[in-house]
Amino acid sequence: MTGTVQKDSYTTGEMMTVAASRELRDGAVCFVGIGLPSEAANLARATHAPDCFLVYESGTLGAKPDVLPLSIGDGVLAEHADSVVSVPEVFNYWLQAGRVDVGFLGAAQIDRFGNINTTVVGSYEGPKVRLPGAGGAPEIAASAKEVIVMLRHTPRAFVEELAFVTSVGYRHGGGSRRELGYSGGGPTVIITDLGVLRPDPETKEFVLTALHPGATVEEAREATGWDLKVAGEVDSTEPPSDEELRVLRDLRTRTERARGARA
Amino acid sequence: MDPGRDEGRHIVRMSPANGGRKTTKIVSLREAVAEFVRDGDSVALEGFTHLIPSAAGQEIVRQGRKGLTLIRMTPDLIYDAMIGMGCASKLIFSWGGNPGVGSLHRFRDAIENGCPHPLEIEEHSHAGMANRYVAGASNLPFAVLRGYVGTDLPKVTSTIKPITCPFTGEELMAVPALNPDVTIIHAQQADRRGNVALWGITGIQKEAALSAKKVIVTVEEVVQEFEARPFGIALPSVAVDAISVEPRGAFPSYADGYYERDNAFYEAWDPISRDRDKFRGWMERHVLGVDSFADHLRSINIEEAVR
Repeated sequence: MTGTVQKDSYTTGEMMTVAASRELRDGAVCFVGIGLPSEAANLARATHAPDCFLVYESGTLGAKPDVLPLSIGDGVLAEHADSVVSVPEVFNYWLQAGRVDVGFLGAAQIDRFGNINTTVVGSYEGPKVRLPGAGGAPEIAASAKEVIVMLRHTPRAFVEELAFVTSVGYRHGGGSRRELGYSGGGPTVIITDLGVLRPDPETKEFVLTALHPGATVEEAREATGWDLKVAGEVDSTEPPSDEELRVLRDLRTRTERARGARA
Repeated sequence: MDPGRDEGRHIVRMSPANGGRKTTKIVSLREAVAEFVRDGDSVALEGFTHLIPSAAGQEIVRQGRKGLTLIRMTPDLIYDAMIGMGCASKLIFSWGGNPGVGSLHRFRDAIENGCPHPLEIEEHSHAGMANRYVAGASNLPFAVLRGYVGTDLPKVTSTIKPITCPFTGEELMAVPALNPDVTIIHAQQADRRGNVALWGITGIQKEAALSAKKVIVTVEEVVQEFEARPFGIALPSVAVDAISVEPRGAFPSYADGYYERDNAFYEAWDPISRDRDKFRGWMERHVLGVDSFADHLRSINIEEAVR
């Protein structure tokens, strides 16, 4: 730990975004979901990964937004993009064709094998909560070479059994994803506001491998709806650097200002 | 030959053959909707976040259409209002949220509580919907993609079926073509000959238009000549049945080069649509109680100014 930033000087949400942004390597072709993933990907682009190539499902290739888009098709995505293509083209020629290195997804619910639900809570026929649905996620989960998932760590989100499988992670674990014939490798990391989970190489069950400063194993266990496995040695996430925080807060401030200004 | 076209649906063409008026497809939106959108039709109003044909959606509400099968990748505010006003009996979609804000409350109320009446849903992924339009535009019965396998979507959506590649034996997923009775899109410009130009994020509009039996386009303005624009596309006049001029017709979505997305309105929609009575009152004041989309925009601006 650097010790240059006090623990209280940043929020758990900021820690989550910073930790997720560090997962994105420079030069990667990254298919970005809206919301938290978009914030993390753009933080990466503004810090250690200036040459990551951001793809949004609206068809913007090489997007370089200077403020965070509120929707997946905001004008700011097209403005400085290297190309703008149709929706069939971005899904067929880019994602399905295997041109995407990293898919960056959020989730409403996730299970121990990284399968994701964004469709419904309760039964499909008589839902308790109807969620927005699939969007681009099922094919991102299927075809991106690897997938980074980020979501807040709560028992309602980290569930024993999904109400609905919208997007496939490692399915039932082990080699069961491979039977589906997808070219993509599946989720490699889940970043939460408490820590980091990575899949066991054999069973493919997600295991707590790192905790953010201040978070405890107990907290993570309580926030997980299944019996969370913990790595033999749990790393401690490096706190956000001054630079990471400054860039993230700048991005948020610019975004707030842009959204507040009514056209 | 035009086998996909329903010959009963003709707007009276103002061509030299029928009275010597100028060849044009430019009609009022009221006429275009009255002519082409009928109760029970399948209707696609497309525009992927950008260029959402909001004016046309409201005109359909004002004309009281019922029993529509609404098709759209992202239902957005436009279908939330149409569903809440009882226009739809079925929705074909892939992502039903208020982008960047949260839920579509009228959409949820219809699915969760059957209000104002039960809504049949047919849901896909974006890739599935996009490929369905491509198949429709190509006059193919279905499209093939890598996806859906291992998800629960094929269990609840009958229009997702496995198919074996006849060449490799590989198992893939098939989705049927979409061929809406009517597709409506919003574009930046038309010219006098009825060609249409749009640019910026052009989403799925070309495929949605070319897969439909009839096509209505609302535009920001009519110009003498189009300028070349990066990433722009043009829909030739032969692919368009009616054009209506509706300035700011994509509000609260945006039109690249004309106006920006009104993010504040997307946020304001949340409390407006959350409560059934509040929603109904708002629609009566600002949609049913006005004559046109231009009046609608004046009406919501006045209400805001009074606050």
